[in-house]
Amino acid sequence: MPALALRQGVAVTLPGPADFTAWRQAARGLVAAEIPPEQAEWVVAGELPGLLAEAPAPPPSAAPFSVPRAFLDQAEIAIRHSDRERFALLYGLLWRLTHGERHLMQAATDPAVIRLSALVKAVRRDAHKMHAFVRFREVQAEDGPRHIAWFEPDHHIEEAEADFFVRRFASLRWSIVTPRRSVAWDGQALDFGPGGRRADVPPDDAMEPLWRAYYASIFNPARLKPGAMRAEMPRKYWRSLPEAAEIPRLMAEAPRRVAEMVERAAAAPNPRPQKPRHLSMPPHVLRDMPTPIDAPADPAMALAALREELLSRPDLPAFAARATQPVFGEGPVGAALMFVGEQPGDEEDIAGRPFVGPAGRLLDRALAQAGVERRDAYLTNAVKHFKFTPTGKRRIHQSPDAGDITYYRPFLAREVAAVAPRLVVSLGASALTALTGKKLPVLKTRGQVVTALGGQPVFATVHPSYLLRLPDAEAQAAGFADFVADLRAAQAHTQGL
Amino acid sequence: MELLRKLEILADAAKYDASCASSGTTKRNSLKGGLGSTEGSGICHAYAPDGRCISLLKLLLTNACVFDCAYCINRASSNTPRARFTVEEVVQLTLGFYRRNTIEGLFLSSGIIRSPDYTMEQVVRVARVLRLEHGFRGYIHLKTIPDAAPELLAEAGLYADRLSINMELPTVAGLESLAPEKDFRRIRHAMAGLRTRIEGAQEEAKTARRAAPKRFAPAGQSTQMIVGADGADDGAILGTATDLYAGYRMRRVYYSAYSPIPDASRLLPPAAPPLVREHRLYQADWLLRFYGFSREEILAGGQGGMLDLELDPKTAWALQSRQDFPVDLNTAPREMLLRVPGLGAKTVDRLIAARRHTRLRAADLARLRVSLAKVLPFVVLADHVPRGLEGAGLRSRLLPATAFAAAARPVQMALF
Repeated sequence: MPALALRQGVAVTLPGPADFTAWRQAARGLVAAEIPPEQAEWVVAGELPGLLAEAPAPPPSAAPFSVPRAFLDQAEIAIRHSDRERFALLYGLLWRLTHGERHLMQAATDPAVIRLSALVKAVRRDAHKMHAFVRFREVQAEDGPRHIAWFEPDHHIEEAEADFFVRRFASLRWSIVTPRRSVAWDGQALDFGPGGRRADVPPDDAMEPLWRAYYASIFNPARLKPGAMRAEMPRKYWRSLPEAAEIPRLMAEAPRRVAEMVERAAAAPNPRPQKPRHLSMPPHVLRDMPTPIDAPADPAMALAALREELLSRPDLPAFAARATQPVFGEGPVGAALMFVGEQPGDEEDIAGRPFVGPAGRLLDRALAQAGVERRDAYLTNAVKHFKFTPTGKRRIHQSPDAGDITYYRPFLAREVAAVAPRLVVSLGASALTALTGKKLPVLKTRGQVVTALGGQPVFATVHPSYLLRLPDAEAQAAGFADFVADLRAAQAHTQGL
Repeated sequence: MELLRKLEILADAAKYDASCASSGTTKRNSLKGGLGSTEGSGICHAYAPDGRCISLLKLLLTNACVFDCAYCINRASSNTPRARFTVEEVVQLTLGFYRRNTIEGLFLSSGIIRSPDYTMEQVVRVARVLRLEHGFRGYIHLKTIPDAAPELLAEAGLYADRLSINMELPTVAGLESLAPEKDFRRIRHAMAGLRTRIEGAQEEAKTARRAAPKRFAPAGQSTQMIVGADGADDGAILGTATDLYAGYRMRRVYYSAYSPIPDASRLLPPAAPPLVREHRLYQADWLLRFYGFSREEILAGGQGGMLDLELDPKTAWALQSRQDFPVDLNTAPREMLLRVPGLGAKTVDRLIAARRHTRLRAADLARLRVSLAKVLPFVVLADHVPRGLEGAGLRSRLLPATAFAAAARPVQMALF
């Protein structure tokens, strides 16, 4: 008997190189029998025998114990790694998890935990490369086409990754041959067999010239970066990638191709340029194109002219250039009530309509409660473009300053004059300032009728977004009730006029 | 013209679009028929010697185009050979390549021929045939023509995983001078329309009142800007990018270094593509989206509206913000750890998990494969206090020293 075999311990023989269920069962038995990691040896049936005397592993204990989910998830993947030490590493971690280190998996800097995540990462990468680099060749069999691929994975991933190809190519009949395993799908079921040889796979395929031509044409010689290519597509894979045969030629020719482009420099334009044969803009494009309109007496025409002017004015404030579009007023000319808010927000900017965002929805609810039909009223804003600061994934509303309000005031004045409502309702401070030219305090002015610069009566109230900012539900409910009361008062006012 | 030649022309014509992403869409498989699957993360089936991933079959339906954009090989006045696929040819190429596992799907674009609606209709038809006649479950990305009719866009969104409209140039002035037929305002208007439809479909899927909620581009929209064709500085590019992310919910903004084309316009003579600049913009883009940096902070690391080409933008910012350092890795909040040069989001999360159980030391960082040379000058650990944070020599110590990095260093190589 060799001296080394005198070491105490047990040897566990696993039926396959990546058989997680068998490993798990054996490990459970070893933990129950209190066999420490240094006394356990792991062997795969058919591979090299171990050094320990063959001793039967203890049967799994009746009472299973729990381990963190994170360990099981990672162990199931890591066991596919080709490292011979993987079983021992996993058992060592299991031992520590069950012997006073329950939180071991969170110790991200523990060497064994780092080793485990390195194995997991390597197996995942191998699987990902298999998904990417398997290349099927199509052969015509008597009963229809078959797809056959040769692939050389680094780890024992063939069985685990077969399902990926089933999900993707369930309707095809295919097989993937590797040095250790072969996987075949007949359209119904998977069949795993022994490994094969590259020669088992047909040497070419009808579409290969097209694929190689695509690969060569999509390459940009002016951006030659072979290191970046090799980092993601290491040479060891090239043997099974038909397109890789193009790489040496593409790299060799790249400098000359770029030199030719530079030498040719700017070419004379084609004397016969591509011409639009029937190029015409679709009707909705034409409809939205600004067309010059003289300021007319008809109010609807006046509003249309205003719209055109805002679309094409060269002197708009800088922030307007970052908005998607100007947001115009909406509603019937001659409406009894005209609501003026501050400026369009994110959703108004996208939709191109006023009061469609959160504040607009609140206004809709309040109008409904006050018995005002939104479609009978005219709604607009003092400022016509969305002013914002981008923060990460959102555009945060930025209040217009006095200069912005002043800039847009003439447009608002023309809009009020054209709509000619019985009463203008100003929502919030910016609207009140824009209409009256004075900085009136909103909360003190609300409910009163003041006079716009153009002479129209203006009923002041808060902006619905003010209600959204109130601190608690109670204050919001009270604020909403007051707002509805204001809207009722405004409507009553128009009826009394 | 034979198919192989068409493929060469129309793939060559498509290669200046950087996007090849096939990720972020709904999960699908062909267990109940059809062909193909999508599983969330994208797959790069090959890499070309330019280091770019090949995930989708990227083609133009035709490279004939009536627009005359100076930066584009396919512009109306270019002498490039023209070709046009039939719908059936693109469909068969896509299916044939897909069955051989060389692609995740199709990215189809087109030169503008006849009218925006006519062109868009042809592009949509390819997607329709793939989805409806062949049960194709792989990934489809369609380039959208801003002026196409709303019905066509709705149908495009029904079949496509992703739609994109290229901004092309970051400023109105740039677009006006180099792409006279394109309209900055109309492009953004179309992007707003896509956002409305994408969010509407997401909302509907969430509330799921119908058994089959209406689909619209589940992988969202993306766009591309060309870097170095016009005079726009990095500040302008990042400004437009932040507006596009925040305003139209772009999944990605791609930056494409203007690259010499075989038939250059007189407005844009061939020059080496600014690859380092492009790389820095991608890094800055990541800082904006995942690391809590503002555009102004990132620009503060550079000079005159341009990013530092020698250093990554986070290190460049840290050098200008030394008062915020050193950061104690054992106590600092996550937002601050994310700002430490050399620490990525994953490493930060592992450090936060680990420090609940142990006092972090320099050896722990080494085990997590963090670049100590980059990180140590800015952090305090149980066994480390940085020296020379105030010193003038810090910058030169941080400059990459490897041969590869030296080669990537910004003295933009002259072409020859």
